[in-house]
Amino acid sequence: MNFGFLRRRSPASVARDRLQVLLAHERSFRGKADLIAVLRDEILAVIAKHVRMEPDSVQVKMDRGDSVTLLEIDVEISTPSSATLVAR
Amino acid sequence: MGKVVVVTSGKGGVGKTTSTAALGAALATFGQNVVVIDFDVGLRNLDLVMGAERRVVYDLINVVQGLAKLPQALIRDKRIDTLSLLPASQTHDKDALTEKGVARVIADLRRKFDWVICDSPAGIERGATLAMRHADIAIVVANPEVSSVRDSDRIIGLLDAKTLKAEKGERVEKHLLIARYDAARALRGEMMTIEDVLEILSIPLLGVIPESLEVLHASNIGSPVTLSNASSAPGRAYLDAARRLKGEAVTMTIPSDKKGLLDRLFGRRAA
Repeated sequence: MNFGFLRRRSPASVARDRLQVLLAHERSFRGKADLIAVLRDEILAVIAKHVRMEPDSVQVKMDRGDSVTLLEIDVEISTPSSATLVAR
Repeated sequence: MGKVVVVTSGKGGVGKTTSTAALGAALATFGQNVVVIDFDVGLRNLDLVMGAERRVVYDLINVVQGLAKLPQALIRDKRIDTLSLLPASQTHDKDALTEKGVARVIADLRRKFDWVICDSPAGIERGATLAMRHADIAIVVANPEVSSVRDSDRIIGLLDAKTLKAEKGERVEKHLLIARYDAARALRGEMMTIEDVLEILSIPLLGVIPESLEVLHASNIGSPVTLSNASSAPGRAYLDAARRLKGEAVTMTIPSDKKGLLDRLFGRRAA
């Protein structure tokens, strides 16, 4: 039998645990707050060397999960025939 | 050469100005030469908490811009003559503070006083970064509450990155001052304990100031709590913190729940 439900956690310990998780995340990104923006600009610059690009055609997203962080990069390249190639 | 201290927090309303006034006055009662500077340009309040609001003629901006000389702007406390105040401007905004001007004022004050205590504005913008820029010592004021602790963590990061000391590869000496601590609530598990906050922020503890009506009373009458009621619980806590700041070894006393059984049964709040 699990009697865990009898020991309701105090609000203070919930606060402490939430802060510890959050701050571990925030500290790991300290000083690289604009990582997403830097990635976006550099990816854009690399591709723009070879293909004509609109400045807003690169989208970078980061989803922080519990065990894995997912980095999603969408690059939209307009072709002269106006067909759109989406590389993911 | 005096020491430059910044009292900072990130979050507003946690007790920076109260703590600046109380610690400044406490150090001055120990015979130290102290100046407290209000960096909250546009929203000055240190003058009010110190009871000097009617004596402000020139302010920090006037001195930074060279329109007034430092001695003209400094207001000597009427109760303790080793305590002075440099008020902030109420009419200008933070952009009027220049990096160069602030550096010059701080250098001048360092020569004249043992302690230069800078009361930082809330936030992490220009005003706050200029207030911490020249600090040797930082007092991070936090309440045992999630948003305050998170903002304190952010401020600690800035102290390690944006101060002159950090840029020279040195370290700003950081201390945590926990204010508005309610021992009864912590005991009941309603508020984080001192240990919780220390574990999260992991910087040394300078003192714990209990939640108290004495602090409100002190600001109502315009007197630092270490002068208005030095024997009150917050008064003693600030005096001890000031001694530790001076380098004395003072045993840390965590305010405890001193309420009697009856009070506890009827759930009355301590005053």
